[in-house]
Amino acid sequence: MGKKWVMALTGLTLLGFVLVHMLGNLHLYDGPWETHEYAETLRDLGTEVIPRTWALWALRFGLIAAFALHIHSAYSLTRMSRSADRRYPGGRDYIAANYASRTMRWTGPLVGLFVVYHLADLTWGHFNPDYIRGDPYHNVVASLSNLPVAIWYIVANVALAVHIYHGAWSMFQSLGINSPRWNPLRRRFAQAFAAVILVGNLSFPILVQAGVIDDGGRSVVREHQEQLDGAVGEALGTLGSAP
Amino acid sequence: MSTTNNGALSVHLRVWRQDGPGDAGRFETYDVGDISSDASFLEMLDVLNERLTLEGREPITFESDCREGICGTCGLMINGRAHGPQKGTATCQLHMREFSDGDVITVEPWRAGSFEVIRDLAVDRTDLDRIIAAGGYISVNTGAAPDANLVPVPKEASESAFDAAACIGCGACVAACPNSAAQLFTAAKVQHLNLLPQGQPERWARTEAMVETMEQFFGSCTNHGECEEACPKEISIDFIAWTNRDYVRAKLKNRKLAGQV
Repeated sequence: MGKKWVMALTGLTLLGFVLVHMLGNLHLYDGPWETHEYAETLRDLGTEVIPRTWALWALRFGLIAAFALHIHSAYSLTRMSRSADRRYPGGRDYIAANYASRTMRWTGPLVGLFVVYHLADLTWGHFNPDYIRGDPYHNVVASLSNLPVAIWYIVANVALAVHIYHGAWSMFQSLGINSPRWNPLRRRFAQAFAAVILVGNLSFPILVQAGVIDDGGRSVVREHQEQLDGAVGEALGTLGSAP
Repeated sequence: MSTTNNGALSVHLRVWRQDGPGDAGRFETYDVGDISSDASFLEMLDVLNERLTLEGREPITFESDCREGICGTCGLMINGRAHGPQKGTATCQLHMREFSDGDVITVEPWRAGSFEVIRDLAVDRTDLDRIIAAGGYISVNTGAAPDANLVPVPKEASESAFDAAACIGCGACVAACPNSAAQLFTAAKVQHLNLLPQGQPERWARTEAMVETMEQFFGSCTNHGECEEACPKEISIDFIAWTNRDYVRAKLKNRKLAGQV
């Protein structure tokens, strides 16, 4: 049961991340430059006290740890159940278990694989010849305008929502947060959380495909960079040609 | 054979037969005719066994004792549901009127890694007893009988404790759980003591010992809620949540009581 607590607490951390990540991504609706600035804000977190990107890295390490522990407890609890369980050759009925609760061990690994792909795609720039470092808006459009990639994003995010639908409820049971007064709210919380994440995250691939989010292949960040370089070059040139 | 009575029915049974723990087991089919709809499921099996015996065949082994739903001895997986289709009912209290004439009924023993089949439909549920032995009791000396109402118990707590104490230990929760977890059984046995004043001195030791013993033999709860549906006493999974809470508190408090924090 200790592992169930680990599962629930890391699950809660990951829920927080998923929500903030989705909300942050809404900057895509502000435009390319605003999205770039948002990304920079994340790197600038805490710069008053500690060097740039340290706070972001601390958050990243926290997330990696939460992921690792979540997966580890899922793996060892599943092994425990597998060794304790025997099937019914005559078949069995499910009354209370729903689709989400019975597919946790499928939706979990699927979301895990997706996270790896998603990092490789939009953080490290593999799989994407048009990747431009520091221009998330451009990269999102470049990736998601590819139909198979958009479909993969949609499938993975549906799996994530299904996972959350059970996980965000199950978490309360595992942590022992149970009181007659609040119990009906636990299921509603999970439903609402899953719905918000689903709608937010699906809007990106769908709207890129629909052409609502589009930068026409331009990169505002690169253009800005080139302008800056040009200005610097000009200034240097002026300096150089000075008598 | 008796004359056909009103509401008599015929059913086709697919029953799990297994000669012993090591045997692979198989389904065998029996046509059971002329069964009163007022017969209980176990009485129907009694009739079948009587007929099998008269034919010189081996009767089906199954367990039962009180046959009034309070001892927890009986328990069969009927058509894929622990204790059959009727909610809040042990197998012995399930009646043939819940079935229709001509139904095919599949009967299996409880299945879980720690519930070894002894023979046919009887399984070994000793591991549930091991959980009780780990702490499902109160061993503090209570002395002579105290005056009535000397120990005040809030009505809500006593009601809750009674709900948990309704557990008859049949093992339907384990049988119905896709993980073969014994959380509902353990939680009921932990909470009916933890909720009352008499259970307080051993509360933390009990919770830790019973949960950890459970985890040696059974699977891990994933909060499907199947146990609550299968339970003949309709015990709520709220008790599982409370036991999860008590377990973590126990992990902290036991060390504190031992002076190690």
